Amino acid sequence: MLLIRCPYCEMERPEAEFKYGGQAHLARPDPNAASDAEWTDYLYFRANPKGEHAERWRHAAGCGRFFNCLRDTASDRILATYKIGEPRPTVG
Amino acid sequence: MVKFSFASLARQALTGHQGGVPQWRAAEPKPAYDVVIVGGGGHGLATAYYLAKEHGVTNVAVLEKGWLGGGNTGRNTTIVRSNYLWEASEAIYTHAHQLWKTLAEALNYNVMFSPRGVLQLAHSRHEEAALKRQIHANRLAGIDGEWVTAEQAKAFCPVLNIDPGIRYPVRGAALQRSGGTARHDAVAWGFARAASGLGVDIVENCEVIAIRRDAAGAVSGVETTRGAIATKTVGVVVAGHSSVVAGMAGVRLPIESYPLQALVSEPLKPVMPCVAMSNTIHAYMSQSDKGELVIGAGTDAYVSYSQTGGLHVASATLEAICELFPIASRLRMMRNWGGIVDTTPDRSPIIGKTPVPGLFVNCGWGTGGFKATPGSGHLFAHQLATGEPHPIAAPFALDRFRSGALVNEATAAAVAH
Repeated sequence: MLLIRCPYCEMERPEAEFKYGGQAHLARPDPNAASDAEWTDYLYFRANPKGEHAERWRHAAGCGRFFNCLRDTASDRILATYKIGEPRPTVG
Repeated sequence: MVKFSFASLARQALTGHQGGVPQWRAAEPKPAYDVVIVGGGGHGLATAYYLAKEHGVTNVAVLEKGWLGGGNTGRNTTIVRSNYLWEASEAIYTHAHQLWKTLAEALNYNVMFSPRGVLQLAHSRHEEAALKRQIHANRLAGIDGEWVTAEQAKAFCPVLNIDPGIRYPVRGAALQRSGGTARHDAVAWGFARAASGLGVDIVENCEVIAIRRDAAGAVSGVETTRGAIATKTVGVVVAGHSSVVAGMAGVRLPIESYPLQALVSEPLKPVMPCVAMSNTIHAYMSQSDKGELVIGAGTDAYVSYSQTGGLHVASATLEAICELFPIASRLRMMRNWGGIVDTTPDRSPIIGKTPVPGLFVNCGWGTGGFKATPGSGHLFAHQLATGEPHPIAAPFALDRFRSGALVNEATAAAVAH
């Protein structure tokens, strides 16, 4: 079970309190203006990297808020968590 | 290649089983091949076998980064069934199911296919309705399936708890009598042995680290930890790493990779005569020929390549298993492991071309690819040999995510495995 730091509660809490929300920083294109390729990409294609992954989590059994998280998908180590609206941090 | 027969077994039995020989050649990679298959799991080895057997393409290498069948082939719970909902799925899984029935004879290798029956339990009125719909659809397609009551399910699987007072009581089940299990290692080894006997090079400990492309963008070869290999046709069959390997050629796939866990108990005398699965509580169980109860758990919530998973996922499954099968409550679990499953948005596989000429993928089988192993290899071999998809595989092209012609088994069959 992961230990995840909620950036709003400022506490490390067990994964059971959270819901995973998929890849972070996806911007929905305008469906009237988007090409087939852009729309397909938005609907179905995700980064799925082996390594650093930016993803959303929701502190469902805590403050209830969405936030973003950087995690290494090869080791499952959490590198950073940050609030919605903040830019993706660079982790050295 | 030694031909197995009753006489050869009897001879070995009388001479102390001292005559073991390697069942496939440990090939050195050659500088060039007609076809390179990346991934030495069941699907990749089956592809190589059918390429050689059905299409006469024998200048083929199977490149495996570890040992044969050490990935998801060795990590799954070996359930074979074909009762999916949509016609495209029914066709592809039935194709595989037919091949399973004669696979041991075809390979001259005992893959221990055991059609002992698969029970899919229903715990609610809605699940009952959905499973009955699936049974009717299957029967229209000629796939065997029947609805059984809780009492009939108990008669079929005596260790099942049908007490109406439990958290998820059993209302009944969909039974596919022709479903069952097979022996995962034997499948990989049998295909490897037969393919090697037909001239295919099987190269273990050989990881592909790059895919080379020529000036026109087409595949021209692969670079591996054992040197460069030239080829114009590469088939990527690397469940758990499909995005990573396709990414080497700049190809993106609509796949996310999740850890899926399984466990086995200490060995018991035969107690579990069939496979039982429950989609609601995401647990399923069968008994291996060694006597271990083989238990499948759910996936973790997040994408990961760690080949492990949270203990809470496995313990949630075990709680449900102990309620459905009270005999399990005092068993010790011997091993618990995770495999990485490549899941697609519609929970159906991707077989066929990519935007890069010469690069083909067979991936996205999600949590239930084992059952398709021979069919998958057979269809993918057709694609690699002819350049065009087999009619059964055509609906599973990568382009369906653009066209919208999905084969949505995620909501339709409440697909577990």
